[in-house]
Formats: sequence, C-alpha cells, structure tokens
Amino acid sequence: MYNAKYIIPAMIVFIALMLFPFFYGTGTHKYEVQVELPKDQKECIEAKEVMRERHMQILDEWRNAVVRDEVRIYTNAKGKKFSMSLTDTCMTCHAEKDKFCDRCHNDVGVNPYCWDCHNISPEQKTPIPPAAEAPAEGGGH
Amino acid sequence: MLEKALKGSPRYWGTLAGLIGLIALGSGFWMYQLTNGLVITGLSRDVSWGFYIAQLTYFVGVAASAVMLVLPYYFHHFKQFSKMIILGEFLAIPAVIMCMLFVVVDLGQPQRMLNIIIHPTPNSILFYDMIVLNVYLLLNIVIGFISLQAFRNKMDPPKWIKPVIYLSVIWAFSIHTVTAFLYAGLPGRHYWLSAIMAARFLSSAFCSGPALLLLLTFLLKALTGFDPGKKAIKGLALIITYAMCINVFFYLLELFTAFYSNMPGHMDPIIYLFSGLHGHNDLVPFMWTATVLGLGSLFFLIPTKFRENPPALIVGLIMLVIATWIDKGMGLIIGGFTPNPFEEVTVYLPTFPELMVSLMVFSIGALVLTVLWKIAVEVRVEVEGCNHSLVPPKAE
Amino acid sequence: MKSSRRQFMKLAAASALGLGAGKLAFMGDAPAFASDIPTAATFEHPLKAKHWGMVIDTTKFTKELVEKCAHACRKQHNVPVIEGKKEVKWFWGGTFEEAFPNQIPEYLSEDVEKREIPLLCNHCESPMCVRVCPTQATFQRADGIVMMDMHRCIGCRYCMAGCPFGARSFNFQNPRPFIKDEDFNPNYPTRTRGVVEKCTFCTELLAEGKMPACVEVSEGALTFGDLGDENSEIRHLLREKFTIRRKPDAGTKPSVYYII
Repeated sequence: MYNAKYIIPAMIVFIALMLFPFFYGTGTHKYEVQVELPKDQKECIEAKEVMRERHMQILDEWRNAVVRDEVRIYTNAKGKKFSMSLTDTCMTCHAEKDKFCDRCHNDVGVNPYCWDCHNISPEQKTPIPPAAEAPAEGGGH
Repeated sequence: MLEKALKGSPRYWGTLAGLIGLIALGSGFWMYQLTNGLVITGLSRDVSWGFYIAQLTYFVGVAASAVMLVLPYYFHHFKQFSKMIILGEFLAIPAVIMCMLFVVVDLGQPQRMLNIIIHPTPNSILFYDMIVLNVYLLLNIVIGFISLQAFRNKMDPPKWIKPVIYLSVIWAFSIHTVTAFLYAGLPGRHYWLSAIMAARFLSSAFCSGPALLLLLTFLLKALTGFDPGKKAIKGLALIITYAMCINVFFYLLELFTAFYSNMPGHMDPIIYLFSGLHGHNDLVPFMWTATVLGLGSLFFLIPTKFRENPPALIVGLIMLVIATWIDKGMGLIIGGFTPNPFEEVTVYLPTFPELMVSLMVFSIGALVLTVLWKIAVEVRVEVEGCNHSLVPPKAE
Repeated sequence: MKSSRRQFMKLAAASALGLGAGKLAFMGDAPAFASDIPTAATFEHPLKAKHWGMVIDTTKFTKELVEKCAHACRKQHNVPVIEGKKEVKWFWGGTFEEAFPNQIPEYLSEDVEKREIPLLCNHCESPMCVRVCPTQATFQRADGIVMMDMHRCIGCRYCMAGCPFGARSFNFQNPRPFIKDEDFNPNYPTRTRGVVEKCTFCTELLAEGKMPACVEVSEGALTFGDLGDENSEIRHLLREKFTIRRKPDAGTKPSVYYII
C-alpha cells in the first residue's frame, strides 16, 4: 500500500471518532422510560409486549387495510373488535400524547410523521394541536 | 484515474470553489423549499409542473445527445470523433445527474422518493423514466471510464465493452423517447398529445445537446488548448445543422395539423404561446425570441462558409441553444398546461427561489462536468506527453 | 322523479347489500354514535356497490346550493380554504363553459349560461391519474372509487397532468393553518404539505353506511348509487333523463353524469 504510514493511522483515528459516541454512552445511562398509562383502561388492543414491539407495524398494517383494502375492523387475539384508527382508537385511551407516545419517541430519537396529518385526539378542537403537544418540525422516521 | 482531478491549477480549484459556493447558496434556497413546501415556486393548481420539470426534459436531451458522437464513431468508424467522444460521454453523466436532481427538487415529498422502487408500477411512464435514466447513467460511467483507462494504458478496450456501447446507443434513444411518453400519452393535454412528440424530442435533443457540447469544447480549447480536431468540429456541426432543420420541420408539422384541422384544443396552446390567449401574453416575447433565434441559427449553420468558420459557428450555436431551451425548457411544459382543463389561462413564471434551487442543480452539473473533463484532459496530456493541442486525432 | 332521498337511500343500500328492505332498520334510525367517536360497531354495515356513480341534476343547482355542498365536503374532510392559484378543492362550482369546454357553447340558453355546475372528481372507469401514478398512491377500488393513499404519495404531480378534469389539488404548503376551527373534523385527518388530494366519494362515510357528505345536504339534486345494478335508483334516473358526461372524448369514462 502506498503511504501506509499515513493511511493506517488516519483510518484508526477515523474509526475511533465514528465509534466514540457508542463507547462514551455505554453504561452511563440506564434505559428507562416512564409512560403514563390510561387510568380507566386495563387492556390495550393486544398484550403489552406485542404493543411495545409491534405498534408501528400494526399501525402500518392498519393504514393499508383502511385506505387500500377497505377493511376497518381489527379483531385482536381475544376476538375483540376495534376500529382501525390511530386517532379514534389509540388516542381515545392514550389521550395525552406527550405523556405516552412522546416520552418514548423523544428518548429514542424517532419522530414519526403520523401527526403531520392525523389528529392527536378525537376531541381535538382545532386543526393545529396546542403548542405543548405539537410535534417537532420536520418528518422522517 | 480519479487522482487526476486532485491536482490542478489555482484556476481549476477556483472554479470548483466558485461552483461549490453557488451550490451552497442554492441549497440554502432548497432548504427553504423543504421547510415551506413548493409554495415558494410559481407553480399552481393549473400549471403543476414548471421550470424544474422543463429542465429535466431539456437535459435528458443533452444526455441523449452523446449518441451523436458514439453512433458515427462505433457504427460508421468515423474516427475523427476519437478525441471528442469522451467529452460527450462525460457530458452525459452530469446531464443525467441534473435530470435526477430536478425530479428530486420537484417532488412534494422527496423523502418518500424510493416509493417508486418499493411499489413498482409498470403502467406509469415515470417508473420507466426512473429505470432508463439510472441505467443510462451507469452505462456512461462504465463506458467512459473503461475507454479512458484503455486509452491511458495504450491498449484496446476490453471486448465486452462493445456490446455495452451498442446498448448505450439504443438506450440513448430510449431515454428521450420515454421522457416524451411522459407527456405524449395524456388525453387532456392537447399540446403534448401528439404522435410526433418523441420524434420532436429526439430532433431537438440531437441539435441542442451537441451544440452545447461543441460550445463547451470551444471553451475547453480556449482554457486548456485541448483541440478535438477540425474535422470533428466540422462533422458535429453538420449533424447539429441537420438535426435543427428536422427540429424546425417537425414543429411546422405541428402547426399544420393544429391550424389546418382548425381544432380549438390543438390551436389554443400554440395561440397562447405565440400571441396570447384571453388577454394573457406572458410567454409571447419568449416564444418569438426562440423563433427568431432558431431561424437565425439556421442562417449561420446552413451555409458552409459560416458553419466552418468558428466565430460564426459559435454565434449560430449560442442562438440554437437559447432557442431550443426556450422551446423545450419553458414553452413545452407551460403550453401543455395552458389552457387548463376549464379552458382558462393561469399564468406561470418561475419565482426567484425556484431559479436559485435550479442554480444549485446547474452548479452541481457544472462541478461534475469540470471534474470529469479535467480527468479526460489530464489523461490525454499524460499519454501524449506534450501539449495536446498540437496533436490532431490519428485519422486526420 | 318523486322519490324522496330517504327512499332512495334505502333502495341504494338494499340493492347494494342484496338485502330485503325490512332488514334495513339501521338505515332508518340515525346511528346513535353519529356525534360520538367511531368504534368497530360504526363500520359493521357499510354501503357497498359494484360501481359507485353520481347523477348531478344541474337544474336544481344554485350558487348557494353548490356552496352548501362544498362546505359540507370541506367540513367532512378538513379541506383547507386557500385563496388564489394554489387552492385546494374537492367540490366546487363552475359555469357551463368551464364544465363542458369541448361543447364550445356559443349560444347557450340564458338559464344554462347562468347556472352554477357542480364540479368534482369523476371517479372515471379508466382513470388516467391511476395509470400515470408511479407509486399506486392513487388507485381504483373494486367498487370503482378512485382513491388516494396519502401515506404513499410522493408529490410528483403526474396525476395532475394526467387528469383531464382538473379535479386534483396539490398541497403546496402545510394546509392546517387554512382549515377553519369551526369547520374542523377531528375524526378525519388533515393532509401534510407535498401530497395531492381530491374527492374520494366519502369512502369513510360509505364505510359507516352513510351517504357522501355532499349528497346528504344536496336537497335531492345529487343522486348517488350503484351504476352496476340496473335496478338501482341511479340507473332508474339515467333511464329517465338525458344526461351528459364531462369530456367523454378523453376516454376516461367518468362515473359522474349531468342532467342539463
């Protein structure tokens, strides 16, 4: 290799810089998110573990089912039926987005663009949600 | 070979720095567009495509025009193009890149762009346009660099490159045909609904693209002394002249069909462009400028004594490039949307931010072109080991 | 045509569902959850058809009635009110000349000349917008409705170039500031900037077993039903009255018919 004495140290420095955030953060921060669960409801549409892992896939399946396949009723593992609606079904129970959705999303740094269009509550009075609950500018996930 | 782009004069680095400055300036406006939406453009519900898509159309033509060198050189052994051919291939690369960028800046949701691949839709011409443009980019990168590498090593290019080159010839026709089909199949847009649209696109591409190439070659000659050879210039100028004549002829065919048939739908866009409709005549000065310059270019190109005299040729070429750019880069798109489906006129003119975003794309194209041509010229200097301006192509 | 709207609704629903009229009690009673939050029960009895279509009796339309329908539409779907050439509209009105430009109307009857013609997406049988869309964001449902998937739209606006009827609008900007608070419907999403939208024949209301919002308020001037069922109310009407469609020469086969 030409100029190995420059290239190899430079590569090491580069890799070290790239990996620095991982080493820096490891073990310093206990990963724990405190979300406020609905007080008047015992069960979500599926078990807690399923929701924790798959809520985004479920929402993705729902949006295709409703918009493209004309299916609006979701039947869960226990045979209970729900309307496939983020605003009407999810947000009716999880009424405070900033105390449920955002707690986790903010912590892991995802910014779902659902809220660019979907209302944060079926009771919402104006098209623009109140500032405190307004999603941060910009989309992406 | 890329290391050739890393050594250069202050003028070379100054050019790159200047272009990067323009890109930075333009990208500021693009950020503005990304935050606010396409509301910053002059586009509307009625004229929903404008300057960006028009530039896509024009530069697809420029990209396709490399074939006007490749085809005579490889199919008819027109060896005079040997020095110039790499310039054509290396012009096609930034041209295709610009086309793609103009599509990206035109999208309302560019972050979802890959949906075109995630949900492939063979009934949409835009799907094919995405495929042909990407493949054409790849073809030109492969062919350009493989041929240049072979030339640098003083070897014949590998045998497998021949079929790839033949494919690229057909592909060049396909990219512009598919781009024409974007427009030519829409039932409500009379100005575009013409069987001759693809043929018009090709004829205007084969005059405007090589004209731009020739002008840039003259610039290159003035800056570096790189001389493609008199016969190459002569041959390309002749091709440009024929293509421009055919281009004008095809436009006259459109005029005949529209006006002899007397069909309002077909006449209205042309009337709007050339004399104004319902009191709106915003494009009239542009279209008449294009007409005068287009015919003027023929005045300089058709007589041999002008065509073979560089200053006159350059004047003719500049006129031609401006005329075809107004026709295809403004008139074609706006004419297609005017009058709107309710037979009304909505005026479109690009806004300043829109032009600045376009400046970003143009500058990226210019940057890529500068780097690629720098490599091509440096390789030639290395191989010939002397001031290449003194070395005419072998066949001459 | 003397049949009331309610009778028609029953007929349409009956023909659509293939049920006896006796089973249609739910149609007669206004749903108890009308103002409540929709649940799974809301969607148990959707309206279905082989091919949805609409007949517009333009003789019954005034500027006020067009605006009434347009307002119901805006309110149902959170359609923003934006002035100027970047406007968004699903249901609006135009003159006869604007609605039927290829008729080249030179000498129109005074009555027709002054009439306000309702305009909306034609839900064509061979929709050009669907053919050109590169992502299937706009697509045709089995029941003929040309639907928009806002999640998938990339905002290329090819559909706007393809539509011969100018039925499509692009969100050049975030539409939320342009939706009036009093017209806001929290049960229907807004749109984001950079996507194309248009009339959907109120698929969300059909799914609840309700008629489209404009039909509801049209005082009988709009007839909505199954073109695929020859016994449907809309087919009766089409047999009875002479109707025309906008730009039939574009070959897209609109599902919206006009009585002039």
